[in-house]
This record gives sequence, structure tokens and C-alpha cells, in this order.
Amino acid sequence: MSADPICLAGEAFDVLMPMHLVVNGRGLIERAGPTLAKLLPDIPLKDQIFLDVFELRRPRRVEGVTALAARKCARVQLALRGRGGPVLKGFVTALGDSDRVFLNLSFGISVIDAVRDFRLTAGDFSPTDLTIEMLYLFEAKTAVLEESHKLNQRLQAARIAAEEQAFTDTLTGLKNRRAMDHVLERLIAAQTGFGLMHLDLDFFKDVNDTFGHAAGDHVLQAVAQVLVSETRGEDMIARIGGDEFVLIINRMTDPAQLLRLAARIIARLRAPIPYQGRMCHISGSIGIVSTDFYDTPGAGRMLADADAALYVSKHRGRGRATVFDRADGSHRQLKESHKEHD
Amino acid sequence: MHGLINRSVQCFIRDTYGPRMWQQVALDARIGIDDFEAMLNYDDDLTFKVLTAARAALDKPIETILEDMGTYLVSHPTTEALRRLLRFGGETFVDFLYSLDDLSDRARLALPGLDLPALELHEKTTTGYQVLCAPGMPGFAYVMIGILRTMADDYGALVVLEHQGQCEAGDCIDVSLLEAAFTTGRRFELAAGVAI
Repeated sequence: MSADPICLAGEAFDVLMPMHLVVNGRGLIERAGPTLAKLLPDIPLKDQIFLDVFELRRPRRVEGVTALAARKCARVQLALRGRGGPVLKGFVTALGDSDRVFLNLSFGISVIDAVRDFRLTAGDFSPTDLTIEMLYLFEAKTAVLEESHKLNQRLQAARIAAEEQAFTDTLTGLKNRRAMDHVLERLIAAQTGFGLMHLDLDFFKDVNDTFGHAAGDHVLQAVAQVLVSETRGEDMIARIGGDEFVLIINRMTDPAQLLRLAARIIARLRAPIPYQGRMCHISGSIGIVSTDFYDTPGAGRMLADADAALYVSKHRGRGRATVFDRADGSHRQLKESHKEHD
Repeated sequence: MHGLINRSVQCFIRDTYGPRMWQQVALDARIGIDDFEAMLNYDDDLTFKVLTAARAALDKPIETILEDMGTYLVSHPTTEALRRLLRFGGETFVDFLYSLDDLSDRARLALPGLDLPALELHEKTTTGYQVLCAPGMPGFAYVMIGILRTMADDYGALVVLEHQGQCEAGDCIDVSLLEAAFTTGRRFELAAGVAI
């Protein structure tokens, strides 16, 4: 390979390597590229002492510029002394036979900040430098990412709205609280008579605690199947809380009839539910109201009364159903309902 | 069609003629969509239906609508990002013209899936150029005329543009550069968000 030197005018260096420096044997800057000059607009770089203006970051220990010159071609990192700003990356090489060294620098990854801070333009970079393309890509990708981010936010909002509008309890396939509110409102407005049961599972927490949440979910699904099989298509079953269900029994307002239905359900719920070779034991407590109990039935009132009756069932030992009796505050109760069907 | 293009049509009509006009166009187009997402893909057919509805609602030739849209894309504040990306093409209007050869590649780099027709710049005389717009997106040449005219203003160049019709290789746009530095144009800082 030929070692003949290639001679270029200083102006050519300004275009090819607009961030170059030539430092002489006395450590003085002889030449600086125009882009480098932009970093220090208040100081003419020529004739400055190199190590006064720049701080060597790598190599950190060096015995003056002559030591740098001794290196054939080495990587350097520089910072502007006492100014902060970008860390400049580049290489240094001895300049021919002289004691001068030649450095060519770049901004590295800090180029985006440097372009902003020093108001650099395309003309400040060599035509072969891909900085402009990188800035273009950076800006394009930022814009695209922002647009994607907005889309994600809109999709998220739409998902939440859809969930709010949904009427199905995804675990059991039963209706949810929202659906129940709608159905109740519609039936009351249509002045249709109906019975309402509030069911709360007994010992469900024990199942969860003993066998885990997966077992709990399995039990809830089994309960849903029982409730569906014990009711008619025109009835509505909703899971309104963790282990709480509301059953709206269409056109069945007779408390005795409702109690019999409740007894059948409780009897079914008492049957052990197998889960992964183990048996889960639960039961159910029910509170019952009927539109017949009210001159003008109201959803809130009926739910509260059913809840009160449910509380009585729980209080009296669980596994039973209670009809709320508004007239005298006492409760007709069905004790040991499971025996009827055993 | 990439959602970005449908979204551009929507924003152009909305920002230029008002939200009501856009609602009308979307309704007339019978596409069941009145809000395009820039980051989703749609059937090409939808774009055609929207533009057809816009032509009727605005009572303007489709060429004029597309050219106005090109102008809008590089001059309206909501589309400043696009103007900036195009200005990365070069420091002068002539540099910018030469960068058109890379435009479809640049678009794909920015947003994979955004396939714009390839553009080719041919030098006719020292001040006369021809931009060849490859087929694939009917009407794209008219959008380009709007973009070129407005970018010339942006650079401060005085140009005359003319659509020369179609040939086998696509649509031809003649660009005559009357004066490269007619005005100072708008400034362009490489760094985004720098106060000018």
C-alpha cells in the first residue's frame, strides 16, 4: 500500500471534516473546522491552547499533545472545558512528519441536543455525514410514535366505555349489575309482577382461602349453572358482586312459590362441587321479595328489603331462605329447606 | 390505503371547510366511518368514496381539491411535522427537488406500510425540471403539485408548475424555476421546537 501523502487544501478539510482540529507541537490550535468554531462563537479557536479549550475525557492521562501525536491513530473523547455541553468523539492522528496532530470530531449520540443548542444547519455537516438523515428519522419516528400513543389512548378509552356498556359477567356468563338495573327498571316501568331473590353464597370465602381463586372461580361457574337450570329462560340471573347473585323471577309473585324455588336452589348448592379431585362445600342464603309487597314497587327499595331478608337468613344459621315481610317486620322463614329435596 | 392518507383527507376538509362539511362528506360517502385513524389501514375503496363525496359536496374539480390538499399538508399548523420532514430534503429548493427521488423511501423508513408512488426528477434545462410520478395512487400527482408549489414558497423560490398529463411511466409535472431566491422563505431549524 502506498504511503504517499495526499495533499488537500484547508478549505477541503472544512467541507469534508467540518469538525477537525490541527494542533501544533506547542499545543496551540492551528486550524479548526467551521462547525467546531460554532461551539465556541465567542472565542476564535486559532492560536488558543488546545488543552485550555478542550478537556480530554479519553484518554484521561496524557502528557500534552506530543503524547497524542505519538499515537498513530487513536480514539479520543473531548469536552469543552468548563462549559458542559456535548462530549465530542473522534480520532487523533499524527500529521505527516511534523510534530502537529490532526483531530476529527463528531457529536456522537448527543448530536440532537447539539443541533438544537448550537442551531446547526445541514451545511454544518459533511455531505457524507448521515446526521441529517438521522435527525429526519428521529423526528419522523417521534411523530409516528406520538400518533400511535394517541391511538392507544383512544382505544383504551373505547375499551373502558365498552366494558361499562357491557351487560355480561365474563366469568359466569350471567348478567351483571348494570344489566340487572336495566331489567329491574324496565319491569317496574311495565308494571309487571315479579319475585326477586338476593342470593349470597355461604362458605365461599373458605373455598377461596383453602383451594385458591381458581377453585373459587370454578365454584362460581358451577353455581351459575345451577341457577340457570333451576330457572326459566324468561327469568334473569345476575352476579352483582363476588359471590352475590340476584334472581328476578318473572311473573312469580307468590311468596310460597318463591320459597319453594329458593329451597330447590339451596338444596342443589349444598351438593359438593368437585374441583381437581377435591370437594368444595358451599351453600347459599337467600332473601326474597315480591312486587306484591308494594303499592308502588321501586328497584332500590326491593333490593334493600331482599338484602335485609338475606341478612336474616345468614343470621339464623345460613343455608336457608327468608321472605321479607313488610307489614309486621317479621320474616317468614324456610328452615332446613334442603331436606325437602334430599 | 394507509390511514395516514385518509386521515389527511379528513383533516384537510375539516380544517379548511369546517367540521360540519367533513361530517357531511363522511355521511355522503356512506362508509360508516367519520373519523379515520392515522395508524390503521383501510380499504382503498374508502378513500375513493370520500373523495367522490367531497367533489360533490364542495362542488370543485377533484384535481383542485387534491392540489389544495397538497398545499394544506405543508402549510397548515396541524401538519407542521410533515413540512419539517420535507425540509430535511435539502437546504435549497433545488436540493429539495433532488430529494424527491428518495421521498417514497423516506416515507417508508418513517412509517413502514406507507407506500407512496415513486418520484423521479429529470433535468430538462438548467432551470427546467420534470417530476415523474409513478402510477399506483391516482391523483397523487395533483397532491404533489400543491406540495411543490407550497414548498417553493417555503424555500422562497419562484416556480411555475404544470401538470403535463399522463404517459406510460406515470404523471408528468413540469417545474420551471424562475428564481431560486425570490424571497427569504420560511426559516427551518434542524432541531424541532426551536423558537424562530
